[in-house]
Amino acid sequence: MTAIRVEDIIKPENLVYKKSSVLTDVPMHYCYGCSHGVVHKIIAEVIEEMGIQGEVVGIAPVGCSVMAYYYLDIDWMQAAHGRAPAVATGYKRVNPKKYVFAYQGDGDLAAIGTAETMHAVNRGENIVMIFINNAIYGMTGGQMAPTTMVGQVTSTSPYGRDIDLNGYPLKITELIAQLPGAAYVTRQSVHTPGNVRKTKKAIRKAFENSAKNIGTSFIEVVSTCNSGWKIDPVASNKWMEENMFPFYPLGDLKDSTRDDANTYMVQKLKK
Amino acid sequence: MGDIRLMKGNEVIAEAAIRCGCDAYFGYPITPQSEVMETLMARAPWEETGMVVLQAESEVASINMVFGGASAGKKVMTSSSSPGISLMAEGISYIAGAELPALIVNVQRGGPGLGTIQPSQADYFQATKGGGHGDYHLLVLAPNSVQEMNDFVDLGFELAFKYLNPVMILTDGVIGQMMEKVELSDFKPRLTDDEVEQRSGHWAATGKKSTRKQHIITSLEMISERQEKFNQKLQAKYARMREEEVRYEEISCDDAEYIIVAYGVSSRISQKAVVLLREKGIKAGLFRPITLFPFPNKRINELAGHAKGFLSVEMSAGQMVEDVLLSVNGQTKVEHFGRMGGMIATPIEVVTALESKLIGG
Repeated sequence: MTAIRVEDIIKPENLVYKKSSVLTDVPMHYCYGCSHGVVHKIIAEVIEEMGIQGEVVGIAPVGCSVMAYYYLDIDWMQAAHGRAPAVATGYKRVNPKKYVFAYQGDGDLAAIGTAETMHAVNRGENIVMIFINNAIYGMTGGQMAPTTMVGQVTSTSPYGRDIDLNGYPLKITELIAQLPGAAYVTRQSVHTPGNVRKTKKAIRKAFENSAKNIGTSFIEVVSTCNSGWKIDPVASNKWMEENMFPFYPLGDLKDSTRDDANTYMVQKLKK
Repeated sequence: MGDIRLMKGNEVIAEAAIRCGCDAYFGYPITPQSEVMETLMARAPWEETGMVVLQAESEVASINMVFGGASAGKKVMTSSSSPGISLMAEGISYIAGAELPALIVNVQRGGPGLGTIQPSQADYFQATKGGGHGDYHLLVLAPNSVQEMNDFVDLGFELAFKYLNPVMILTDGVIGQMMEKVELSDFKPRLTDDEVEQRSGHWAATGKKSTRKQHIITSLEMISERQEKFNQKLQAKYARMREEEVRYEEISCDDAEYIIVAYGVSSRISQKAVVLLREKGIKAGLFRPITLFPFPNKRINELAGHAKGFLSVEMSAGQMVEDVLLSVNGQTKVEHFGRMGGMIATPIEVVTALESKLIGG
């Protein structure tokens, strides 16, 4: 019996998975267990599969993903804290044929940038907005976010988020879904292979929506930050399932691509 | 003869933007400059040249829309007035840090705070010394007529693209609101995507081609050694502006013993004051900086050699006077005269101030 050689195994017909060509070789700076890397990978795969590498621009936020541009081999802009939707608007308005996506965390999108977020969606900008909600400020060292859970301990809520002091966690995605300019609003996660597949499907749909001019596509990814939460990655997934999913339930909140859709943007196009 | 009209300064900014092939205007209403966006919206240039005009939700958003449009290598602009420019300071700093071309118009009103809607020149420091955080400068043009409001839009874009730096037209509520005769510029078409690629394809985010590396428009550099190198590069750029872009006007300065330094509407008032002073036998002249950054230090320093004194006339508590003092560098006397809070000096007040502060009563 002859030994099986490596060359016999690595053949195109046996290839079931490979790194996306849109991902660079730069090692990601994200912590082990962080959701950012998975979402980056999904976006890269969608861009590759749609063949739009030369037609897409990303807007990186301020936060852990500020250097997202090192990892996806596309043109990027890096916006001021919270301003990614305004930067995306400015870019898209002068380049309406390009695919434009803004990538933001919870502090960026739902605290300092709330106005830019709401108004970009309300105008129905034909952009993709990807919202990583890990209920904490990761880059600055684990401070309370607008989406931090009631009772959750952070470095600026050391005794747990107190609603009398800080108010409730903000369900900005539910607010976004109310806006006529929103075409597609969904909440996903990337903590299991099944959820990764669902998120990829959602991101693909969002990019496809861009070409249809039907308004903003908004994807929240409920995410983990084990460094900020100060628990290990496996425990983080469990904590997210038990504490975040009941408050931030997964699934579509709005879908204008359905036949019965009757949003402002769809009506406008039908006219 | 060209297209001659009687127009408001603010309206002319809008008209000049359309005519110079501007790709987009993003703005937010604020007195005394709202006519810029109102004129643009009424003209509907998207039907004529394809220019985008968008009313943003705030000045914060509008300057960041400018960041986005400029990142694409397009000719984009905004306008506002003092409090709105303060809100834009963050975005302007990012635009300077990302080395993007953009045009920003500040039709100044009195401050601090909400202040007054009446004209002022109290944003000189903010405009010329940076205004936002970090070591940066805008290239600052100061029109003193409706004609220059027209001329400086095209010039502003030209300089913004030459230096990949934000350019500010620093004007005031008088120049913005007053009507004057203006010869409008000829129409220039907007650049096509191919032309944009030709002009800015080496840096702009126009979509990554397989033939080139990705373009990243950012002001972030985590490695201090590199950030310092970048700062040095910016400073070299500003040094080049100081060498190549200084603009000024001199009126009766050749034999002048007393020189008034004034920009914008103050220069118009001071021009009359010079006439009145000359009628009284006082050899006065007017030096008008047209670029406030780069400031005409060298020329003022030369003039200081044979002048008995300088009077900086500004609608502020005395801001440009500091640059005049630095330029004169102790050679002769430098004084300031200004009104504040929306008050406008008369030529006679300027004459009296010059006599009392420089000649002595």
